[in-house]
Amino acid sequence: MDEKEITCIVCPIGCKILVRRNGTLCELVEGNKCKRGAEYARSEALDPRRMLTSSISVIGGKWPLVSVKTTKPIPKDNIFTVLDVIQKAKVKAPVQCGQILLKNVADTGVDVIATKTVGST
Amino acid sequence: MINHDVDIAIIGGGPAGLAAAYSARNQGAKNVIVVDRNDWLGGILPQCIHDGFGVEETGHSMTGPEYAEMYIDRVNKMGISCMTGTMVLEFTKNYNIIAINKQGLHKISTKAIILAMGCREKTRWHVMIPGDRPSGIFTAGVAQAFINLYNIMPGKNVVVLGSGDVGLIMARRLKFEGAHVLGVVEILPFASGLPRNVVQCLDDYDIPLYLNYTITCIKGRNRLESVTIAQVDDTLHIIEGTEQEIPCDTLLLSLGLIPENELSKTVGIELDERTGGPIVDQHFETTIRGVFACGNCLQVYDTVDVLSLGAKHAGQHAASYALNQFDQVRHSIPVKTLNGIRYIVPQRISRSGVIQFTFRVERPSQSAVFHLKANGKDIFQKKLPWVNPANMVEMKVKLSDSLLKSVDHLEASLDG
Repeated sequence: MDEKEITCIVCPIGCKILVRRNGTLCELVEGNKCKRGAEYARSEALDPRRMLTSSISVIGGKWPLVSVKTTKPIPKDNIFTVLDVIQKAKVKAPVQCGQILLKNVADTGVDVIATKTVGST
Repeated sequence: MINHDVDIAIIGGGPAGLAAAYSARNQGAKNVIVVDRNDWLGGILPQCIHDGFGVEETGHSMTGPEYAEMYIDRVNKMGISCMTGTMVLEFTKNYNIIAINKQGLHKISTKAIILAMGCREKTRWHVMIPGDRPSGIFTAGVAQAFINLYNIMPGKNVVVLGSGDVGLIMARRLKFEGAHVLGVVEILPFASGLPRNVVQCLDDYDIPLYLNYTITCIKGRNRLESVTIAQVDDTLHIIEGTEQEIPCDTLLLSLGLIPENELSKTVGIELDERTGGPIVDQHFETTIRGVFACGNCLQVYDTVDVLSLGAKHAGQHAASYALNQFDQVRHSIPVKTLNGIRYIVPQRISRSGVIQFTFRVERPSQSAVFHLKANGKDIFQKKLPWVNPANMVEMKVKLSDSLLKSVDHLEASLDG
């Protein structure tokens, strides 16, 4: 059993939440101001995930890049594998905000979508 | 000269300008115009590709470009005219704005003006770092634009000076793009960015944060070759013998932001030297009637959500002013700051009602009490469980007409 202080990142307050971990079980100790903080601390202790944002090259667009994000948080350990796929990808303009650009990226079960509209030249 | 006749003119088409325009139009102002010197709307947001925007406002987390598009869509649907690629040269106290773009010179006659010019980044010269002047030294925001908008990598081996949010986010972004981020150097004993950014941008990638450190020397003939960092004591003086030279080719500066008020100064709007922005009352009206200020040119906000909320109030009150629904100010009393409070906005109270204050504290504290006093007596107090200069505090306080008539100023302070 070990105790861990987790800085909550759900909102800008950044509560310090103390959790006690015992293998796959996690007990919330104190410090969270809201329910979402409790959920975050639990998942951070057992299965840390992050939203990933980056950009993909655009061919024939008004901008050389389109900003992208994963549709859901991905496991922290997969970040650089997914980034590798994103860095190699290229899309043709026009791109609509919300458009799926990479389906099931690096077998994470998560898609990568555009977060910006880029018109063609 | 191309003439425009409008109800409200907004200088700046970033998040503050767009939110103010949206709200002014909702409040009944018919002709609203937004002027921006960039070729796009949204200001800095399109380059802020990370997420975390809009959480407080919409309940879900968006990236900067998504948040910008949300407001751009609203503004377009409402028929608000937006002049991009247009630089405001000057405006006068009788509400005439002179602006220039590729079509020529424009004169905008308006009934009210909203200032939403945003802010600028501090540079090497604000902190006077000695040494050579090689290439490879960028402000964090400029590096962000290079990478996220123009697909240009600023360098390979990077040191970041200053732990502001943009610096932290750029440390992670550079790491994502394959650069070696050698560390973030912060002169204060705590990070100046949000805690979540310290966790998600540095801790996650084992990027060292050097607290109580600063850069004492920059070396490089053409390109940057190294920076020397050294520890500082409680009085921020360099401790001799702690210097270490870090070879690097790129230095990013994240030293904080300064409200952009060159235009405000030209018409004599009074500025608060602590915020760097105009002195305003609770309706965001500056010391010139009918001229309102919002967003980062008023005060540097932590989050776009709180910024937009303020800008919407500014837009609403500017619309009331333009439509002659604004009751005349009888008197206006200043809010002074005492120990523990770095600054407070609004700096003046001109009418009774519920006042939405925003302020920053001087130093971190686990148990602080906020006091608002009139004639030396508490009229409001509130316990704050956890305060940090990096987190702006918001507080609603109801002030009655009889109270405002009986005092000549209010005092805000923090115990603990």
